[in-house]
Amino acid sequence: MSTALYPQTGIAACARRVRAMVRRHAYLLLKSWPRLVSTMYYPTVTMVLWAFITVYLRPSASFLHDAPGFFIGAVLLWDVLYRGQLGVSVTFIEELYARNLGNLFVSPLRLGEFIAGQLALSVVRALIGVGGACVFAYLLFRYSIFSFGFPLIAFFVLLIGFGWAIGLVVSSIILRAGLGAEELAWAAIFLVAPVSGVYYPIAVLPPWMQAVAAILPSAHVFEGMRALLLQHEFRWDQFWWAAGLDVLYYGLGVVLFRAAVAKARERGTLMSMGE
Amino acid sequence: MTGLADAAIAVEGLRKHYGKIEAVRDVSFEIARGTTVALLGGNGAGKTTTLSMLLGLLTPTAGTITVLGCDMLTRRYDVLPRINFTSPYVDLPKRLTVRENLMVFADLYGLRDARGRIGELARQFDLADLLARAYGSLSAGQRTRVSVAKALLNEPEVLLLDEPTASLDPDMGDRVRTYLEDYQRASRCTMLLASHNMGEVERMCDEVIMLRAGVIVDAGAPEALVARYGRADMEEVFLDIARSADP
Repeated sequence: MSTALYPQTGIAACARRVRAMVRRHAYLLLKSWPRLVSTMYYPTVTMVLWAFITVYLRPSASFLHDAPGFFIGAVLLWDVLYRGQLGVSVTFIEELYARNLGNLFVSPLRLGEFIAGQLALSVVRALIGVGGACVFAYLLFRYSIFSFGFPLIAFFVLLIGFGWAIGLVVSSIILRAGLGAEELAWAAIFLVAPVSGVYYPIAVLPPWMQAVAAILPSAHVFEGMRALLLQHEFRWDQFWWAAGLDVLYYGLGVVLFRAAVAKARERGTLMSMGE
Repeated sequence: MTGLADAAIAVEGLRKHYGKIEAVRDVSFEIARGTTVALLGGNGAGKTTTLSMLLGLLTPTAGTITVLGCDMLTRRYDVLPRINFTSPYVDLPKRLTVRENLMVFADLYGLRDARGRIGELARQFDLADLLARAYGSLSAGQRTRVSVAKALLNEPEVLLLDEPTASLDPDMGDRVRTYLEDYQRASRCTMLLASHNMGEVERMCDEVIMLRAGVIVDAGAPEALVARYGRADMEEVFLDIARSADP
């Protein structure tokens, strides 16, 4: 009687445990076509909505002549942020629903690996959700998200990084307040939407909101997106601001999540929390 | 049960407070390797709280816990691959099949031959026909068998079992107990069991730790406790202790 185990330390061991977490949620996501459809549904519907707004405004809005993908690109990038956040917080909520946190935290899975699994899953969800909407954008409106060129990679990474940070903060609040706070997972992101300047320049906001926007990575990304579309220049200053703020917020998210787990260990809620 | 040179589990001065409520008060015990020990007590006696602290799911207010020579507060990850548990307070994802659930945990524990081990446990716990079924579609008894199988995936050296056979019919309960006894003999595993089934305790356990209101009120071999209290069996000893005044 001796079940052989792989070594428990090192990069391969970490990768195996992260893969286990990805596998656990991929089983759930890929076997359910309603889940797959619902992942793509919202990004696609909002993309279609903004595409028709573009069609309607185009005769009277000169900037849409220069940049017909102004709104469609914005809505698709916004969904990268949204899916990034949902990917982290919904994955966490699913563990609470399943009352599985106890099993996970008694296994050799480290907290950092648990978080890495959430991040990996958020990338999968963003690629499925936004990818589906991108396909429809091309089929219905001949708009290709790849018209951004290489800056698309920067926009994607910066937005999903901010989504991870918000997702971790939301998960921390849910772990602290219980599943009664689960609505935050779907709603929290909309708090930053008005000050992110997704569809309009930050300059139209009142001064105090501009000050808030200045400390949001998403506002710098969308300003950068507009500069790319309208002035055809990649704004490195916006890039570096967004990257720096992303690192700051992601670090804060990890610290808060670790603190929430430590508090849950103190209060005994890792075992008891669930449906 | 103190001063063991080769203790699998050593607990010293363990306390847990929730605000003003003292769930566990100055609990100390040691469990020798290769033995099976029961943690007994009525509802709210502190059994699950103690098990949760042993597993690292709950941070003690004070005290030390050493499992397989590792301090659970500072070196938890060194020992977690070598232990496992079942508890009615946790569950597995319901929409995943039994096989998928076991595969996920096989990966988490790093099993080299996950499929082989899952097949072996499926035979032993009569789960072969359930492997392709969603965990959520199983009866309570079937779920318990899956949880016990999950707890044995990594062939743990220390196994913590909270009510392991509570929802099993007598036949399956007996089979699970027999398997756990065989496993314990073959692997020299250390088992700590919280149970309300006194027949199970008498059959499986070398030692019993009696808890009431978060305090150890007595401990010893089941037959020694039965003799000391002048009772017919552990059921009567349990009632004697549970119904006496709080310490």
